[in-house]
Amino acid sequence: MTTTVPLRGPGRRSYRRGGLMRDQYIWGYLCILPNVLGLLIFTVGPLIASFIMIFLHWEVITPPTPAGLDNLRELINDPLFFKALYNTAYVTLLSVPLGLALSLLLAMALNQDIRGIRLYRVVFFIPSLTPVVANAILWLWIFNPTYGLANGLLGLVGIPPQTWLYNAGEAKIALVLSNMWSIGGSIIIFLAGLQGIPTALYEAADIDGVTWWSRFRYITLPMLSPVIFFNLIIGLINTMQSGFTITFLFSKAGFNQTGAGPDNSLLLLVLYLYNKGFQDFEMGYAALLAWVLFLIILVLTAVNFRVAKSWVYYEMS
Amino acid sequence: MANLPASKSTATSGQAVWWRSRAGRERLTHVVLHIVLLALGVTFLLPLLWLLSTSLKQSGSELSYPPQWIPNPVEWGNYKTALVDLQPTLLYLRNTIIIAGGVTVGDLLAASLAAYGYARLRFPGRNVLFMGTLATLMLPGMVTLVPTFILMRYLHWIDTYLPLIVPSWFGGNAFSIFLLRQFFLTIPFELDEAARIDGASPLRIWWSVILPLSGPALVTVAIFDVLNSWNDFLGPLIYINSPQNFTLALGLGQFQLAHQQTLWNYMMAASAAMIVPVIVLFFFAQRYFMRGIVTTGLAGR
Repeated sequence: MTTTVPLRGPGRRSYRRGGLMRDQYIWGYLCILPNVLGLLIFTVGPLIASFIMIFLHWEVITPPTPAGLDNLRELINDPLFFKALYNTAYVTLLSVPLGLALSLLLAMALNQDIRGIRLYRVVFFIPSLTPVVANAILWLWIFNPTYGLANGLLGLVGIPPQTWLYNAGEAKIALVLSNMWSIGGSIIIFLAGLQGIPTALYEAADIDGVTWWSRFRYITLPMLSPVIFFNLIIGLINTMQSGFTITFLFSKAGFNQTGAGPDNSLLLLVLYLYNKGFQDFEMGYAALLAWVLFLIILVLTAVNFRVAKSWVYYEMS
Repeated sequence: MANLPASKSTATSGQAVWWRSRAGRERLTHVVLHIVLLALGVTFLLPLLWLLSTSLKQSGSELSYPPQWIPNPVEWGNYKTALVDLQPTLLYLRNTIIIAGGVTVGDLLAASLAAYGYARLRFPGRNVLFMGTLATLMLPGMVTLVPTFILMRYLHWIDTYLPLIVPSWFGGNAFSIFLLRQFFLTIPFELDEAARIDGASPLRIWWSVILPLSGPALVTVAIFDVLNSWNDFLGPLIYINSPQNFTLALGLGQFQLAHQQTLWNYMMAASAAMIVPVIVLFFFAQRYFMRGIVTTGLAGR
């Protein structure tokens, strides 16, 4: 996008008379001044600072000292970092596709004209309103190995109780299940997308008598692909940063004070970053972890944008 | 589409079965949909029902296996114990309201002013700066967390509400700016022109023409600001130390930490007390929620 083409703006005519144009420039800069200052102080500044901090030892109470590449060296020899990386990848790769598929299917079901549809929509949206702390505590209780609801439901179909968060093999599955409960927002976005598809396309398909699958494959999917792409990107960014509260509460209130679940199976990058920065006060190392997370998200997003060209369909208007 | 399943099958079978007819098929689809939605809907609601059920159980009776759905006896007193005796909830509520209020006022002013600039005034670099603001949406908050903390510490703002409030006064919420800009673009530009001919300054136009016409968008922004402050856990966790400054979310988290996975009935009562206001707000302001989510793709957290 070039800077000279206004997205939409007042016509040129109104600036012709002398000085008005420059006047408007000044007013324009004045209006966005707080925003630009905020951008510099709270985003660009910290971004640069955190990059510089990668090369510092800084324990907050003592002045920073240069560290050269110490933090980087520590990182590549840090088994906990690779554990956290693996856990984050695991949860993201499971949560994001599963969440996309489930919310798309639900949105399609909720887009039908049947009785009580408004009530159904509310039902699926309400869980995503739960504040994150309440959400975390509720799921800690549901996955309680002795009295939890999860085991109670499994018991109904004859499956023996599981230890969930206390079991290295199941802990991340439990986390993914709890993520699936909050897909309400993504359902709403899909629903809005579905309602934007011209009904004429489906009517034409009906006249041709195509199957349900063809309607889905050749009309719904292509027409919805920009929305799917949007939800994919947002889902990736959110999921890579999610799970902090539940793993934080669990690791501190659970069975040990330092680890995050059995065999650190719940140590996500965000939790490790918090622990390093705000408990061990290794600010330089925490900044490095933040940048690793940032670069991963950046690369994933860039790759997705590249791949998107082959499957996302934008209608020319 | 070479094969036409509907017509072909009736042709071969030669008789009209009710579910082969168009109306019959539609009815069948509806029945199947109802069954699927009902089953999934109940599954989605189970955790909340479980939360309510646990919150009303007598201490000790929440610890039973298999789980009991109907509390016996129903212990309404749990809410008083959880919210009054065990935690200074009113104090936390007051703190949360102060923060939410500060954030909302700041965001409404700063974001709408910036959005006005981006939507209706022309100046060199406008689009670049707007794109820069939008780009912060893609930036994980975790990246700037550590240096921002050090900045706040340097300013001696730790254990105050300033780190949570001040960024919003500097247009720190790109979602709000984006949402308001999109809305401002739909207001006819002739109104600005007319006001300018009458001698109104752009600032005056923002305040007296644009803002009064943008009620729905401003309400949407305000609702999401209040929700974010209500829900935020990480911010207060990092910046607030003294218990008398805790927010509801931080208080609830510390309550859970202090009791190490016990007192589940009180824990659920306190959680329910945090959830219910949000659900009530949702029922009163449903269309603003939908507008906010659909316009910005803000998935609620």
